[in-house]
Amino acid sequence: MSVARPPVMLEMRHIGKTFGAVRALADVSFAAAGGEIHALMGENGAGKSTLMKILGGIYRPDGGGEIRLDGVPLVIEGPAAARRQGIIVIHQELALSPNLTVAENMFLGVERKRFGLIDRAAMALAARPVLARLGAAFGPHTPTAALSIAARQMVEIARALAAEARILVMDEPTTSLTERETTKLFGIIEGLRDAGLAIIYISHRMAEIDRLADRVSVLRDGRLIGTLARAECAHARLVQMMVGREISTFYKKAHAPAPARREVLLEIQDITDGQRVRGCSFTLAAGEVLGIAGLVGAGRSELARLVCGITPRTGGHVILAGKEVMPRNPAAAIAAGIAYLTEDRKHDGVHLDMTVRENIVLGVIGRDARLGVRNRAKAKARSAAAMARLGVRAAHDSLPLRALSGGNQQKVLLARLLETGPRVVFLDEPTRGIDVGAKSEIYRLIDGLAAQGMGVVVISSELPEIIGISDRVLVMRDGRIAGELRASAAAPISQEAIMEIITGLAAQAA
Amino acid sequence: MIKGLENASIIREEPAPRADWRARLQIIGMLPVLVLIIAIFELLAPRFLTWNNLLIVMQQAAINIVLAAGMTFVILTGGIDLSVGAILATAAMLAVLASQNLAWSLAGVIAGLAGGMVCGAFNGALIAALDLPPFIVTLGSLTAVRGVARLLGNDNTVFNPALPFAVIGNGKFLGVPWLVIIAFVVVVLAWFVLRRTVLGMHIYAVGGNAEAAHLAGIKVGGVLFIVYVISGLLAGLGGVMSAARLYAANGLQLGQSYELDAIAAVILGGTSFTGGVGSIWGTLIGALIIAILSNGLILLGVSDIWQFIIKGLVIIIAVALDRYRMKAGLRG
Repeated sequence: MSVARPPVMLEMRHIGKTFGAVRALADVSFAAAGGEIHALMGENGAGKSTLMKILGGIYRPDGGGEIRLDGVPLVIEGPAAARRQGIIVIHQELALSPNLTVAENMFLGVERKRFGLIDRAAMALAARPVLARLGAAFGPHTPTAALSIAARQMVEIARALAAEARILVMDEPTTSLTERETTKLFGIIEGLRDAGLAIIYISHRMAEIDRLADRVSVLRDGRLIGTLARAECAHARLVQMMVGREISTFYKKAHAPAPARREVLLEIQDITDGQRVRGCSFTLAAGEVLGIAGLVGAGRSELARLVCGITPRTGGHVILAGKEVMPRNPAAAIAAGIAYLTEDRKHDGVHLDMTVRENIVLGVIGRDARLGVRNRAKAKARSAAAMARLGVRAAHDSLPLRALSGGNQQKVLLARLLETGPRVVFLDEPTRGIDVGAKSEIYRLIDGLAAQGMGVVVISSELPEIIGISDRVLVMRDGRIAGELRASAAAPISQEAIMEIITGLAAQAA
Repeated sequence: MIKGLENASIIREEPAPRADWRARLQIIGMLPVLVLIIAIFELLAPRFLTWNNLLIVMQQAAINIVLAAGMTFVILTGGIDLSVGAILATAAMLAVLASQNLAWSLAGVIAGLAGGMVCGAFNGALIAALDLPPFIVTLGSLTAVRGVARLLGNDNTVFNPALPFAVIGNGKFLGVPWLVIIAFVVVVLAWFVLRRTVLGMHIYAVGGNAEAAHLAGIKVGGVLFIVYVISGLLAGLGGVMSAARLYAANGLQLGQSYELDAIAAVILGGTSFTGGVGSIWGTLIGALIIAILSNGLILLGVSDIWQFIIKGLVIIIAVALDRYRMKAGLRG
């Protein structure tokens, strides 16, 4: 065991990171010492992951920053170099190969060899004491695929220990664990701390912070807002540090907020997929903008995808204008008047090699065609009108979509959606990865759609955005709707109120 | 109308010239390579650039053009059809057998086309409905359908010296062989379907991004099914053309490794192996490059063995050049 070494001291000083024009981190200074659990908090997109990816050697920081380990300046060339320094990052999505055994996973990339051949016996021998130390109920030869999520997490930790970890980063490790598994994991983490490791623990959950953290650092908008010692960590103060922004005039609502008596356009009853979405019910009025807030993984996109027929549901009802619709695929949902804007434009949204025009009319060419032959005049007219309406900036619409900026690609995707003539639209992170100018145009568009009487559901991880554009906000947690907040002219929804539901504070108080 | 946006003008700020240049490069594709190869052969073999020789080249290329047209549909969706050679043999067998046993002169043609379509539908159903990988499915039917072809003639060659549709294989219309005319019509029809119909656009959409196509409301499974039916139908047409040329069919030898020439033509034509990008004109040029290479090398008296080696290397070099050129275009 490597406990005999002196406690490690990590210092990250003035770390900055920009991606293109986007500044992800600015002048962040962060330190962690052996024998402490240092919690890292912040909203989605605050820069936690970026900071940890720099530490793990996945990203290079911008010039001007410095990382010191035990006082010695360090350049982390890549993940392998980070590993050699004893810096191990356990990501939220576990990085194990399910087809390999526990021992093979533990020594993946650093296999024990004998005469150039894998020495399975040596690996198993080395794995046993580590697994025993963690109190694992499985052996080195167990196939990883046979293990539960909690057990796999243990394999990840065992892998870190086998690599003589000195600094262990854990990114929301309890997301898919049960209460009991969580308690056991906490015991292990505390044991590692007491053995002298520096633990950097990323979490949104106040209860976990209370239980584990010796210190808490809060990031917001790529900056370090502050580091608090355990005694100073009042919940209200942490929440305030995490949000602490003002809602600018950026978001301006012109559509009238839906009066309570307005007729229900869409009603969702107890919809479920049996896994990520566990019985959600809500209504949406015509001309209403409904925000859905929550952490990544809370089930927001999954809920929207269920309603829009993209993933199969195991129960529940979708009622549109008083009539039950059962969209079994996106085509049926679109035909019924329910359209979905994906959160991952590149993955399942746009066709980069097709032209702007083809992208815009893709959903309606079938309707416009006669005997299967495309109506090209109509496509041209539709495309020109949609580009003007949404302010798509492109020299002409026969360019491949690839040639456009992210914001313009997003507008083209929105145009495709609107061409199908929906009555309800689900917009999943509609402003992700686009510049400020395009953002405000999309806000105005959303506002305009609501004013026309469309029902708009907006999923967003940016709290100011969701508050700024929504008439009402649902907050999701663990696949359920954990709370609902309604804005009024006198009192807009507060970020703190949403954050309290997200972190489970409100539930604890109740 | 949407408030605040109705007056938004279209600002010309995107770097249009570069994209235009790239688009043009993409259309030209392998044409320069084809011209270069023709020029080299003309220098080395004076008999090469004659009307008669070019007709021979076209006639030799005709069946591969038809198969490659079907293959273009399949590869545009990101798939592959390894079974076209075997389907061709089965269709040719069916065509000759039908002509022997049925009085109607078109019976053989119909039988060949229908047989091809059924084989294609078999592939398409497995790929679209059961979500099996196209490579595996068509590798299986490559073997199974070849077996069917042999079974049809009891593993013998079938003849019909009085083949009623033999004119397709040997006749001419206004001095142009029917085989060439058929290939050209197939290319034009393929162009029409790909560029002017809803199905064509759906094929590009599925190949470019199947997930996005699904979310846009396209029935991805239906599109996949259709392209394998088209490929099977065209392989059936290839079988009819082949039977018509030979007055005979043989289940064991006919169409052996034709799928490789068809795939080579499509790839030489610049169609992306991952789908979504490519054109039928590129495929035509690719098929002509292959045919001209064979013909020119024969005229030069190059041995059969060296023809294989040279053809293979030219395909690799041409595609490598293409990649390099496209990358340079991207960097602009």
